[in-house]
Amino acid sequence: MIIADGVNYVYSAGTAYEKHALKDINLVINDGEFIGVIGHTGSGKSTLMQLFNGLEKATSGSIYYNGQDIYDEDFKMKELRNKVGLVFQYPEHQLFETTVLEDVKFGPRNQGLSALDVDMRAYEALKAVNFREELYDASPFELSGGQKRRAAIAGVLAMQPEVLILDEPTAGLDPKGRDHILKLLSKLHEEKGITIILVSHSMEDVAEYVDRIIALNDGSIAFDGAPKEVFTHYKELEKIGLRAPQVTYVMHALKDKGFDVDTSAITVKEAKEEILKALKKKRSGEGEL
Amino acid sequence: MIRDITIGQYYPADSVIHKLDPRVKLLATLVFIVSLFITTNYIAYVVAAIFLVTMVKLSKVPLKFILKGLKAIFMILALTVIFNLFLTQGEPLVSFWKITITKEGLRTAILMAVRLVFLIIGSSLMTLTTTPNQLTDGMEKGLSPLKKIKVPVHEIAMMMSIALRFIPILLEETDKIMKAQAARGADFDEGGIIKKAKSLIPILVPLFVSAFRRANDLAMAMEARCYYGGDGRTKMKPLKYKGKDYVAYIILAVYLAAIILIAVLL
Repeated sequence: MIIADGVNYVYSAGTAYEKHALKDINLVINDGEFIGVIGHTGSGKSTLMQLFNGLEKATSGSIYYNGQDIYDEDFKMKELRNKVGLVFQYPEHQLFETTVLEDVKFGPRNQGLSALDVDMRAYEALKAVNFREELYDASPFELSGGQKRRAAIAGVLAMQPEVLILDEPTAGLDPKGRDHILKLLSKLHEEKGITIILVSHSMEDVAEYVDRIIALNDGSIAFDGAPKEVFTHYKELEKIGLRAPQVTYVMHALKDKGFDVDTSAITVKEAKEEILKALKKKRSGEGEL
Repeated sequence: MIRDITIGQYYPADSVIHKLDPRVKLLATLVFIVSLFITTNYIAYVVAAIFLVTMVKLSKVPLKFILKGLKAIFMILALTVIFNLFLTQGEPLVSFWKITITKEGLRTAILMAVRLVFLIIGSSLMTLTTTPNQLTDGMEKGLSPLKKIKVPVHEIAMMMSIALRFIPILLEETDKIMKAQAARGADFDEGGIIKKAKSLIPILVPLFVSAFRRANDLAMAMEARCYYGGDGRTKMKPLKYKGKDYVAYIILAVYLAAIILIAVLL
């Protein structure tokens, strides 16, 4: 469980570049949640994520991990980073080893595990991300974009974190690559019970996969709740540079045209069912007439 | 640590110094540096100090920001002082065990320290008050007579501006890569010198790769916009001297004259 209590973060305090990136953030992240974090560019998403695993230190306020204040002097930051895995934006830019396997081993090796455990975790992680086995010994620089991304995510997964934070893991991938990554996350969440925090710009992705949305605006939390609930505020979301999924707009338009549909549908699948239901109702109504 | 380097950083403010023509500032910096080395007379350094302090005050750049740049050269400064202090031959001043501090040694040590500090403050004041673009524009225009003897002034200036532009980008990139590797449990402070050097590999390899990628992208973007060098290229903001630039030149001339006078007469 991660608790953020009155967290503020100010960049370059005291200079002309001063920026109040996070303003009084209060947040509880429970074990096993699948959270989507949305917000316009510069809303403080990435900063907040870096606070969660101690890469940045809050200017004021506290962050607790499983009840421990991570800013306590005797708190071991390294252990926090073992438990809270952070996959940066374009993580493939951080690959450096001669082979994919070696690169994935970097994390577990830093955890001080035995060579055998390191190997096991590396293989397990690469398997989990569906990485092609014949490429394990390839140079990470020779891979395609999607494969690189997977190798990089495996590098964090190999550390077996309890909480996995991903900063726009699907940016720059083709639709197929995007689906693969998101399905993979959803599988990790269901099978291993890992808490996942997904930073995303795609409302469709968020709507389909997560069970809680945190919307940030100018460093403050604008909305926090279940996707269906958050996306009912689509007008307010638009004001802060966000929006609802496309299908929600379709449903609203249908409703305006007189179709009796539930406008809370946020995925294509839900919308399809809603529309079919409405059509059936209409047809049976006509039949009775 | 990385953010302490202020050379090459611009500090936006609304001041006379910021508005000066970059050519004036370039020449002034050059003159100031030369003036530090033409004499060892301490009165000259008092004059230089007054000149420098006035410029810093006029620039409206906070002193804290300027002094931060000195942190980066602290080691060089300390070494210079120590070597000059202990290794200069001459009239002994203090002497204990095998170490002797001479009068000459003390003098050179202080002189060197003052020169270095002034040099760094002077040049960082220029970069703090001039955007890299202005700087290279100023250089290009200032050196343009050299074109007559086939010096590729424009190309040199362009390379300079790209290099300067890339400093903050690469710093940011380094910061990002360091964080990403730290998130994977990398430790950059622990262990002996060999372990520390080894821990740089996970930073340097991605940094190199990204530098080449960026260079490649930039070259492509420039070609896509028909860049083919300096011939026939016009400027969006051509440099033109204004009243205050001439005043600045006069002040500079007076300053140089004063230093030379002190050097020759005293």
